[in-house]
Amino acid sequence: MTASETTVPNEEGGAGDEFLVEARGIVKRFGAFTANDHVDLGIRPGEIHALLGENGAGKSTLVKMIYGSLQPTEGRFFWKGEAVSISDPNTARRLGIGMVFQHFSLFEALTVAENIALALPGAFDMKALSTRITDLSRDYGLPLEPRAVVADLSVGERQRIEIVRCLIQEPKLLIMDEPTAVLTPQEADQLFLTLERLASEGCAVLYISHRLEEVKRLCHAATILRHGKVVARVDPRAETAASLARLMVGADVHAIRPKHARIGGPPRLFLDKLDLPASGPFSVALEGISLELRAGEILGIAGVAGNGQSEFFDAISGERPVERNSAVVIDGTACGSLGVTERRRLGAAFVPEERLGHGAVPAFPLSENVVLTRHAAYEDSGRNLIGFLDFARARSTAARVSEAYDVRKGKPDPEARSLSGGNLQKFVVGRELDRKPLLLLVNQPTWGVDAGAAALIRQALIDLAADGSAVLMISQDLDEIFEIADRIAVLSRGHLSPAYDAHVMTLEKIGLLMGGAHGGSDRVDEARQLREADGHAL
Amino acid sequence: MSTDSALLAVLLTIVTASTPLLLAALGELVTERAGVLNLGVEGMMVMGAVAGFAVALTTGSPYLGIVASALAGAALAVPFGFLTLNLVANQVATGLALTLLGLGLSGLIGESFVGQPGVRLAKIHIPGLSDLPFVGPLLFGQDVLVYLALALAVFVSWGVFRTRAGLVLRAVGDNHASAHALGYSVIRVRWLAVLFGGALSGLGGGYLSLAYTPQWIENMTAGRGWIALALVVFSSWLPGRLVIGAYLFGAVTILGFFVQGLGVGVPSQLLSSLPYLVTIAALVAISRKRGGGGDAPACLGRSFVPDR
Repeated sequence: MTASETTVPNEEGGAGDEFLVEARGIVKRFGAFTANDHVDLGIRPGEIHALLGENGAGKSTLVKMIYGSLQPTEGRFFWKGEAVSISDPNTARRLGIGMVFQHFSLFEALTVAENIALALPGAFDMKALSTRITDLSRDYGLPLEPRAVVADLSVGERQRIEIVRCLIQEPKLLIMDEPTAVLTPQEADQLFLTLERLASEGCAVLYISHRLEEVKRLCHAATILRHGKVVARVDPRAETAASLARLMVGADVHAIRPKHARIGGPPRLFLDKLDLPASGPFSVALEGISLELRAGEILGIAGVAGNGQSEFFDAISGERPVERNSAVVIDGTACGSLGVTERRRLGAAFVPEERLGHGAVPAFPLSENVVLTRHAAYEDSGRNLIGFLDFARARSTAARVSEAYDVRKGKPDPEARSLSGGNLQKFVVGRELDRKPLLLLVNQPTWGVDAGAAALIRQALIDLAADGSAVLMISQDLDEIFEIADRIAVLSRGHLSPAYDAHVMTLEKIGLLMGGAHGGSDRVDEARQLREADGHAL
Repeated sequence: MSTDSALLAVLLTIVTASTPLLLAALGELVTERAGVLNLGVEGMMVMGAVAGFAVALTTGSPYLGIVASALAGAALAVPFGFLTLNLVANQVATGLALTLLGLGLSGLIGESFVGQPGVRLAKIHIPGLSDLPFVGPLLFGQDVLVYLALALAVFVSWGVFRTRAGLVLRAVGDNHASAHALGYSVIRVRWLAVLFGGALSGLGGGYLSLAYTPQWIENMTAGRGWIALALVVFSSWLPGRLVIGAYLFGAVTILGFFVQGLGVGVPSQLLSSLPYLVTIAALVAISRKRGGGGDAPACLGRSFVPDR
């Protein structure tokens, strides 16, 4: 146990009035559940302060109280040493608190300028505001077009709107909830520069992230929550990612066991110049996607959200069949024009990105959700010989999955929506893995999942590949891709780059491919440069 | 000259047939922009019709009748607002119930007025202008509600797209959770939109019993509330297009009568169903063109419950 692990209130002297904002003894209860249990937190001006903790540790609850969206059951907030009651977000904004939400709070049908105007009090002058937005966003390296409609913008651009919306109010405290989850490495770097500049100008930043490396790099102080309680206050620069993870989880996060599988044999998945037209104004068309995935292999598909990931998923899963049957070949059978159920019968399994509503029906119990993906093709599907549903069997399958993948739930067969994100994700992934599929396609396997659950899911994917299956993993988390993928390809504006060996890929190369020019000779040149640089293109 | 006067007569009736549709649809447009789907337009219109008729008859003033019709429409919107906004009842079911309530209640209130001659809302007369041949009566000789409806269309268009209040209205309809997170009172904005919608629906109904056919007949709205609802979709929630749509539908209705009058060998049932067929065709065409949802406010019809 290091000194940093002990709980020391106000490490540096304890003079409460030097804090910009301070929480003292904050308790928040939802019914019988205590989300925050006597939490103390102090942030100084110009400090980038990390708030760390697993899912459900109470970070969001605490932050919502600082921003006035929730009220504490007990305890007080102090602003520049004076007790304040932050009764609503307007009060918070008047004090000088700005917040960038994890799930963006933007209005898709409105323009950038209108979105920002909604958060601003005072005169309503769209023209003057647009000029201010253009100037300020350029000044901070976050360029924005005020007249653009949000629905047409990328996730990175949307985040810029949120940040500029805060900056335009000249905040003294900026709260950022998982800001880099949706950014390319280059965009994240730009964000760090912006935050460092803000801090140097005296603005405090409360930074919530699961990514410990970036916390180490960026933050001056860290408060760690576990089960609603503050368990440590540390200087993250003096810690390692592993020691921070240990503080968050309360035990060692078990390291991923590398797999030792021979990659080879017939291709489990073969894509031959797959094209898929865009399905609507906000959809991306897939063009000429070719890919070969063999038994024992994990292929990671990197890319920034909105570059065709969901279309790619739909084309392979059969949610949107393609015209040319031979464009998709699963385990030797051409199935481009077949639907999801037929493809499942070929031995494929699919885990979509959105676990609630797409991967599972929110109002159905887990057992019925088991039936939904397994009714047509597999044993233990919950369907008996003459086609009636056998719920006892479905329940036992659900129980087996829950047991094997550590799905924590309140009652034996709860509704899907009552599970926390991480537990539902473990269930949805486990339900498919339980079938021992020959091919598993998974989109964002650990999005919004805490470190413990993420490690379990990644290990399960590795074990599946080690048993001779092929895994195709779409992910925006590059650490995750590097951790488990054998080969890496990048999806960018509907084009898939060649797949490179993971050990010759670097963040810089992925970043280049993510933002890479397309269609023309630029792309070819770039690909050639990459190939020449490493001599390892596959 | 006689073809001219026949054409004038047709155009004048088109204006009077279009105005109630425009008024009711404008109100519903504002309501839906806030994310509330009120299917009770028909009920609120018919309440406006009976209240306007009754007040105009007892006081002798059609203008008091106009005020009464707007108040009656808004009054019937109150239970809808309370049920759907405060008690989070289903908007579709509540709206349908509201239509039935309005039809029944208006029949009860209006029982004694059936067959009585009403008070007609006078057409304005501007010396000189109104006397111009052809354009005079058409442009400068209508009743006040015709001009009020058009002025309201301009006002709503300006209000929705050029003011902060309109921005907040659109924001609440687009993403109520975010609007709440920013500190706007979703429920209050929606209440105001529902009341405004009710008042304008009532006004549209009042126009029927005060200007279109100055008398009270049970169920005299005859499905116009439903056409108004379709018009809002037809207009893709834009007031400018709504004006065009309302006049187009008014024209289709009147042309149906007119063709019938000419003795063309088309069954009258087919002609009188023309506006409804056009409604369906327009809805299909629009939803095809934009591949589904169109520009509908994203939160349309969705109940909002603020978190703790």
